[in-house]
Amino acid sequence: MENSKKISIIVFAGVIVLFFVSWISKTSGFQSTGLPFGASVRDGFLITLAAFLTLAIISFLYKDNPYYKFAEHLFVGVSAAYWMCVGFWSTFVGNFIPKVSSTLSGFFEVPYKGFDIFYFVPLILGIMLLMRLSSKVGWVSRWSLAFIVGTTAGLNLIRYMRSDFISQVSNTFVPLLVEWQGTGHFFSNFNLSISGQFVMMLGNWVIFIGVFCGIIYFFFSKEHTGFFGAASKLGIWILMVTFGASFGYTVMGRVSLLVGRLTFLFRDWLGLIN
Amino acid sequence: MSNSNIGLVISLLIIGAGLVWLLIRSLQGKEVERRIIFLFIGLSVSVPLLFNITFSEKATPIVRAVFDKIENLPEGSRILLSFDYGPTMAPEVEPMSDVMIRHVLAKGHKLYLMGLWATGQSLGSAAVERIIKNDFPNMVDGVDYVNIGYKAGNQGVLNVIVTDFRKLYSTDVNGRDLDSLPIFNDIKSLKDMDLLISVGGGFPGVKEWVQFAGDPGNVPTAGGCAAVSAPLLYPYYPSQLLGLLGGIKGAAEYESEFKKRYKQFGDMPEPGVKMMGPQTLAHLVIMAFIVIGNLSFFFAGKGRRK
Repeated sequence: MENSKKISIIVFAGVIVLFFVSWISKTSGFQSTGLPFGASVRDGFLITLAAFLTLAIISFLYKDNPYYKFAEHLFVGVSAAYWMCVGFWSTFVGNFIPKVSSTLSGFFEVPYKGFDIFYFVPLILGIMLLMRLSSKVGWVSRWSLAFIVGTTAGLNLIRYMRSDFISQVSNTFVPLLVEWQGTGHFFSNFNLSISGQFVMMLGNWVIFIGVFCGIIYFFFSKEHTGFFGAASKLGIWILMVTFGASFGYTVMGRVSLLVGRLTFLFRDWLGLIN
Repeated sequence: MSNSNIGLVISLLIIGAGLVWLLIRSLQGKEVERRIIFLFIGLSVSVPLLFNITFSEKATPIVRAVFDKIENLPEGSRILLSFDYGPTMAPEVEPMSDVMIRHVLAKGHKLYLMGLWATGQSLGSAAVERIIKNDFPNMVDGVDYVNIGYKAGNQGVLNVIVTDFRKLYSTDVNGRDLDSLPIFNDIKSLKDMDLLISVGGGFPGVKEWVQFAGDPGNVPTAGGCAAVSAPLLYPYYPSQLLGLLGGIKGAAEYESEFKKRYKQFGDMPEPGVKMMGPQTLAHLVIMAFIVIGNLSFFFAGKGRRK
């Protein structure tokens, strides 16, 4: 136990020393480019801090540690504060003030748009939502929540019905014989161009068979045997290919984020690449 | 032999030797610690970055559709670009918004920036400083482009501005009255836009733009999204979404198409293209891991069962 405490103190001291070395080095680097001393110190500190936080987050891959926890908590706190500030200035000052008070509009330097009593409705609902912080009158916040849930459900129902159901069904009705002018014409103009007749037809067949077999897989009112069973099995394969594509894309996304951070470390912090 | 090729050979040799060691170890039935896997991924991403390994990219039809749409709109068309992402997603989607801003302004279109994410507002402002003020110093804020920022409400914001911008937006991010900005002279709602582009990857994002703006407003909509959400958006293409830039690959394709057509931007940074080198190597390593895992399962696993 004593030993691990000693190691923790040594690591902490090492991190502090490295931090200051990096800060001084970055500051002198910025100064050599002609940046004023104050700006160099600030930029040097910010880059060093960003590098420290990046390494603190990456250190979780080795094992959970206090540096990772510090960076994680800082991120959550800063994010919450940022969203609150932007929300205040863009919604409260940007939308509410110009509709309720010319004096306050002048104070916040936003154009007064004329008094509108309906703008007090969201204000009251917002205050009711904050009642949640009180154990005695916390129940009042449920009215605002009910309003939010109800409105969102109503809006989404209509839009999902149109865009994700009706339009998607309509998009599935694709011609299986694209620009068909007979077998002779098809073979004489056969090519593997992406905008060619064959590839377009192939794409439409994949959509048709994929949707058909995928739906059959989820149809449980009939036993999956014979033709139905074969179509269901193909449906599973279609689903597997879809999941595989999603996994591949997820890998690409995560690698991109890693590249982004490593680029910052190599370029902005260590200056190893241009 | 160029530095890039030397780097490619060295990185392939290092990673290849490591993978062979892993294969032998796995076939012997020994455990491979997860930190070794992380180390390999770190190496496969770092080495191409350090040696600047890049590959040529060619725009696929789904990316070219977005490019051609911006290219074929008459000069002065109104294009809205929404920043629906935060710094955590920026390395992947920021190259998309950067190159599209350059393309829109190089074609002489009017550019409207906004965000459904609070973080999108400052990222939009940063893009104005980084790209527009550097590459297009003659463009005037409020005349050629404007950033109207963020409003809370997620898809509810779209539901309102699809009929009237001024019900939610009274000023731009600099506090200027929308009615005083020439760029907003003939604009009442999203329906007055010639093209809507959402760049994001979470909620709200491209999907909400299709559902709450593109479809009901009958306005052409395109998107650029983080790779994770790309498979969920492909079903909208081409009827509801005219094109999509899926992940960093989409950004790289768009960048190379833009550079090919606009020679004056030859020195433009290509973060998307640069990321494809590490991407390729990292994918090869992951594929090798899958093969090694299966081989050790079939051979070493059988041995253990005996």
